[in-house]
Amino acid sequence: MAEVKLSGVSKSFKTTKAVVDMDLTVPDGAFVVLLGPTGAGKTTTLRLIAGLENSDSGSIEIGGEVVDDLTPAQRDVAMVFQQYSLYPHLSVRDNLAFPLRSPILKTTKDEIERKVREVAEVLHIPHKLDNKATELSGGEMQRVSIGRALVRDPSIYLMDEPLSSLDAKLRADLRVELKRIHAELAATLLYVTHDQIEAMTMATHVGVLDEGHLVQFGTPRDIYENPSTIYVAARLGQPRINLLPVGLLESVAPHGAETMGLRPENISHGTGRDASVVRVEHLGDQTRLHLKVADHDVITLTEPHTSLAPGETIQIAPLNPIYFDVQGARIS
Amino acid sequence: MSSFSITEPSSRSKWVAGTLVILYAIITMLPLVWIIMTGFKSPSDAISYPPKVVYEPTMEGYVNLFTTRTRQTEEYLTANPPETWADEIVRQYDMVIVGPSKFGERFLNSVIIGFGSTFLSIFLGTLAAYGFSRFRIPFADDLLFFILSTRMMPPIAVAIPIFLMYRNLGLSDTHLGMILLYTAVNISLAVWLLKGFIDEIPTEYEEAALIDGYTRFQAFYKVVLPQAATGIASTAIFCLIFAWNEYAFAVLLTSATAQTAPPFIPTIIGVGGLDWPAVAAGATIFLLPVMIFTIVLRKHLLRGITFGAVRK
Repeated sequence: MAEVKLSGVSKSFKTTKAVVDMDLTVPDGAFVVLLGPTGAGKTTTLRLIAGLENSDSGSIEIGGEVVDDLTPAQRDVAMVFQQYSLYPHLSVRDNLAFPLRSPILKTTKDEIERKVREVAEVLHIPHKLDNKATELSGGEMQRVSIGRALVRDPSIYLMDEPLSSLDAKLRADLRVELKRIHAELAATLLYVTHDQIEAMTMATHVGVLDEGHLVQFGTPRDIYENPSTIYVAARLGQPRINLLPVGLLESVAPHGAETMGLRPENISHGTGRDASVVRVEHLGDQTRLHLKVADHDVITLTEPHTSLAPGETIQIAPLNPIYFDVQGARIS
Repeated sequence: MSSFSITEPSSRSKWVAGTLVILYAIITMLPLVWIIMTGFKSPSDAISYPPKVVYEPTMEGYVNLFTTRTRQTEEYLTANPPETWADEIVRQYDMVIVGPSKFGERFLNSVIIGFGSTFLSIFLGTLAAYGFSRFRIPFADDLLFFILSTRMMPPIAVAIPIFLMYRNLGLSDTHLGMILLYTAVNISLAVWLLKGFIDEIPTEYEEAALIDGYTRFQAFYKVVLPQAATGIASTAIFCLIFAWNEYAFAVLLTSATAQTAPPFIPTIIGVGGLDWPAVAAGATIFLLPVMIFTIVLRKHLLRGITFGAVRK
């Protein structure tokens, strides 16, 4: 396991700037999640580290060694792809053994057998070892492809939305599994996703990307509570943060503030400005209220068994709002 | 009472389709059956009219195909009683076998040249197709068009220049010359067909192999090649069929050492009258290698149907 450091890395494809002047350090043993919408440069960042793409400028270090001129094999990284992950002409066993049989690792037969067994146990697929890769279900395929990364002991595990093609139940199971693997192996992971639950539950650090720029890097809690821009604030939180013009709700805004960011859970009910209830969503563990305040939509949370109905009016007031200037940058 | 289905054809349309397929199979297989049958007829049965469907089978055609014979005096024949069943067959015409015919040699030439050029076409074609499919090659489209354009005129149109070139280079009537020629004709087909198959293989597999510790060539060899097996098998069949059946260049450029079976078989007709059973026997044996090759590779061809089992 090793620290991975990107310094001023840029990469363009024809006219598209995929990654722009990125500085990113993945500390040894960290579980870093890169978060961002499609096209933000998450996957390109992974591919640059893996050596599948060459950067236009900047340099990448893995474990203190500059790897810019090394082939993917020499970089000692393991990667889990979003799809197409298994070699369809090989059995599950051979898929798992494939990295171990590489000329770089040259593992002995007994060692391969032992490691493949071990990983198969962890991922609950020992009974599938002799199946063809194509005979597996989607969830099993993805578990095998995670397993193919786990049989090795690389500097860093790179994972490109490994859970995105799975159903919700399996995704939740594998989230726990990955977190456990991270804790047990003390592995360094760089994980790409656009799913904020994955980011919040697994990460030790979260990096938020916007059009190739790393906009903020910090702990999940830090990113959630202290977003540096409107963009970051809007990326995390379900339901999304309410972005309202300053002055709509009663508050003491700092100088230059244009927009107030208000998480749905940071709205107090009973006092303050009138808001009419538009819709009530009962989710079981919580209830979401869709409100209208002078033409602005506001979403807030209330107790699960509320008797509020559309058309009624309640009073709301902000709690710990955060403020942004005209450009969308945070004002504290 | 059967229920209506939009995917399952009705029993009536199944019946019609089945009949058509069987009919078509009979029509296409009939000449083949006729050739095989004629190979086992006697020369008189072979040309009798109306054609004989029921006849007494004989190996005469095959004996005549593989041997050279000569007529002998009665004294010689009585002094040397027939030793083998083949001898007995030729004795009916007061002949004796004096040695093997050239068919074996010519057939071997066909095998060497056909399979040699197929192997070379596939080897070069796969590497070229992989290059065109995976790397950024300057003027790739123009190069591909150029490769295809070599196929746009009938190869025989350049017969005379090739004839002269081969004579100067000493390639006339050599195995190497014929292998190179058939490879040159087949390579455009091979590159284009194989590029299509390799394009279909997602690059993620190779990238995964690169990260798993393999070099580019190892990734190609261990990951791309097995998955391209379907394409390689069908392309190989196309290449072999062309090289195997090619007649015009074989007549023009070969006469002895490297003569293939197609120009040789018709010459049997000229030896001692129209020996149709021998011609038919030669044609039957000539058909076998391509049939066997196709049957051997059939597994890979059928694999193409289930190939899409990987999620996309």
